[in-house]
Amino acid sequence: MTFLPNIRLECGVMQVDGMTPKGRERFWTGVLLTPTMLGLGLGVLGSIFATLWLGFYDWDLFTAPEWVGLENYTDLPGDRRFMQSLRVTTLFSAIYVPGTVILSIAIALLLNRHVVGKSLFRLFFFLPVVTSPVAVGLVWSWIYSRDQGLLNNMLSTVGMDPVYWLGRDMALYSVVVVNIWGAVGEGMIIFLAGLQAIPKNLYEAAMLDGASRSKQFWRITLPLLIPSIFFQVILSTINAFQAFDYVYVLTSTQGGGSTMPTLVFNLYREGFKFFRMGDAAAQAVVLAGIIMVLTLIYNQLQKRWG
Amino acid sequence: MSNAHLLKPTFGNHMRENAIFYALLLLGTFIMIGPFVWMMSTALKVPGDQFDQRLIPQEITLDNFSNAWQLMEFRHLVWNSFKIAALSTIGQLITCSMGAFVFAVVKFRGREALFVLLLATLMIPAQMTVIPQFLIFRWLGLYGTAAPLYLPAFLGGAFGVFLLRQYFRTIPMDLMDAARLDGASLLSIWWRIYLPLARPALAALAIFAFMSSWNDLFTALIYLPSDLEKTTLPVGLSLFQRLYRAEWTIMMAAVLISVTPIMIAFFFVQRQFIAGIAMTGVK
Repeated sequence: MTFLPNIRLECGVMQVDGMTPKGRERFWTGVLLTPTMLGLGLGVLGSIFATLWLGFYDWDLFTAPEWVGLENYTDLPGDRRFMQSLRVTTLFSAIYVPGTVILSIAIALLLNRHVVGKSLFRLFFFLPVVTSPVAVGLVWSWIYSRDQGLLNNMLSTVGMDPVYWLGRDMALYSVVVVNIWGAVGEGMIIFLAGLQAIPKNLYEAAMLDGASRSKQFWRITLPLLIPSIFFQVILSTINAFQAFDYVYVLTSTQGGGSTMPTLVFNLYREGFKFFRMGDAAAQAVVLAGIIMVLTLIYNQLQKRWG
Repeated sequence: MSNAHLLKPTFGNHMRENAIFYALLLLGTFIMIGPFVWMMSTALKVPGDQFDQRLIPQEITLDNFSNAWQLMEFRHLVWNSFKIAALSTIGQLITCSMGAFVFAVVKFRGREALFVLLLATLMIPAQMTVIPQFLIFRWLGLYGTAAPLYLPAFLGGAFGVFLLRQYFRTIPMDLMDAARLDGASLLSIWWRIYLPLARPALAALAIFAFMSSWNDLFTALIYLPSDLEKTTLPVGLSLFQRLYRAEWTIMMAAVLISVTPIMIAFFFVQRQFIAGIAMTGVK
C-alpha cells in the first residue's frame, strides 16, 4: 500500500502556530526531531542523490566501480528486457488505473446508499487490502492454474479449451485483474469519504427542482468528487508503476524470469540477482521520472478542472 | 422526510432499481470473497479431492494444516515475521510521534518548508532509495540479517509523522502551556500528555506499520537468505509454492494459517484502520 496525503490541500490549511521554545526546550526540540531529520536526510534525500550518482557507474559490488557517464541511460533503449518491462508496465497501468478508479467509485456509490449490513459489505470489499498479496496471490495462482485451476475447470465443463491464463499472452490481463481486485477496497474508502463530504442539501435542492437521479450524479456527485478522483488516479498510477508482489507470485518462471516482467520486477533482477548496481540505479531514476512527470501532469489538469 | 411525496410516483421503479442494486452488490461480494472461500474449502479437502468443484468437501480433514505446519517450518516463519513487524511498529510509533509532536506544537524557522519537503518524499518511489540502502546495510555487515527490515522504522517516516501531526493539532495548546508553567520539559509533555491523549491515532499508525511490515515481500527477498528458518512468511510462502507446486490442499492450508492472525487483528481494529485511510484522501 502506498499512501499519499493530499499535499496541495494540506498546504492551504497550514497555520503558523505553536509555542516558541526557550532554553532547554530548544535542546529537546532538536532531540525529538533528530530521527525524522536523519530519516529524511540520510534515508531519503541522501539515498536519492546516491542513486542518481550510482547511475553514472558500472558496478557489480565485487570489482571497483567504473565511471561510465550516461552510458547506463543511453543503453536502456537497446536493452530488450528493460524495453519489454516498460511496455508491460505501461499497458498494465493503462488498464489498472481506469479499472481501479471506476470500480472503486461504483462500489462506493453502491455502499453510500441505505444498505442492510453495510459495514459487513464494506469489510468484504476491504479484505484483500489487508491480507498479504503473496498469500492471496497463491490462491489466484491456483484459480488460474492451467491443468487443475478453477477457471479452466469451469471452461471444460462447458466444453471449452483450457486457457493458459498465466502464459505470455494472457498473463498481463490475468495479473491486472488480481491487482484491481486487491486495490478497489482502498479506493472505495477514499471515495466513500469523498461522497460523505458532499453537502446533503445540494441533493435536496436538486430533488425539489425535479432533477433525475442520473442528472444528480452528473451535475452534483461527479463534479464534487473530482479531488478524490485525482487523488485516486495519482495513487493508482504510483501503485501501477510499482507493481511487484502479485507479479512475482503469479508470473515468476523457472529461470528466474517472469511471463509479465514489470519495471520493478526487472529492477529487482538487475540489481539484486545480477548485482548490476549502476543499471539498476539508472532504471530506478527512469521509473521515478515517469511517476513524477505523470503526477505533475495530473496536478496541472487538476488545477484546470478542480 | 418532508419531500417523500416526490418519490411516490416512481415507487415501482424503485423496487426494480433495488433488485438490480442488491444483485450488483452480491456479485461484487462474490468476486471479492470468492478466493477466500475457495481457499478455506480446499484447505479442508483430502489431497485426492482437490479438483473436486464442490464447495463443501465430501470428506473433511484437518491433516493439511499439520502437514503445512511441519513442511513449512511455520514456527520460524511466524516468529521471524512477528519479530520484524513488532520492532518496526515500535520504531515507527516512537520516532514518528517525536517528529510529529515537534511539527505540531513547536514554532521554529523553516518548519512549514521542512514539513512540505517531508510530505513530498511520499511521492518518491521506494525504488529510488532501495539500492543505496542495500549498499549501506551490506557495508555495515547486516546483509543476511533481519536488521535492514526493521532498523529503517527507527528513523521516522513521512506518512506516520503526517498522520500523528494531524491528530496532535487537535489537542488544545492550553494543556501544554499549563504543563510548561509547571516546569515540565518538552520530553515529558510529549510522553505524559500527547502520547496518552493520541491513543487512537497511535493505534491507527501501529496497524499500518505492523501490516505493511508483516506483508512485505520485496525487502525480505533482498536482504534475507531464502531458507525457511531465516526468512519471513511472504518469502516462505513463495518458496513453498515452488517446492510443492501441485500440493494445493496443503498450500491452501498454509495460506490460511498465514492470513488468519492478520484477519483477526484487522477485524478488531477495522474502524481505526479505515479512518486512517480515509484521512489520507480528504483533509
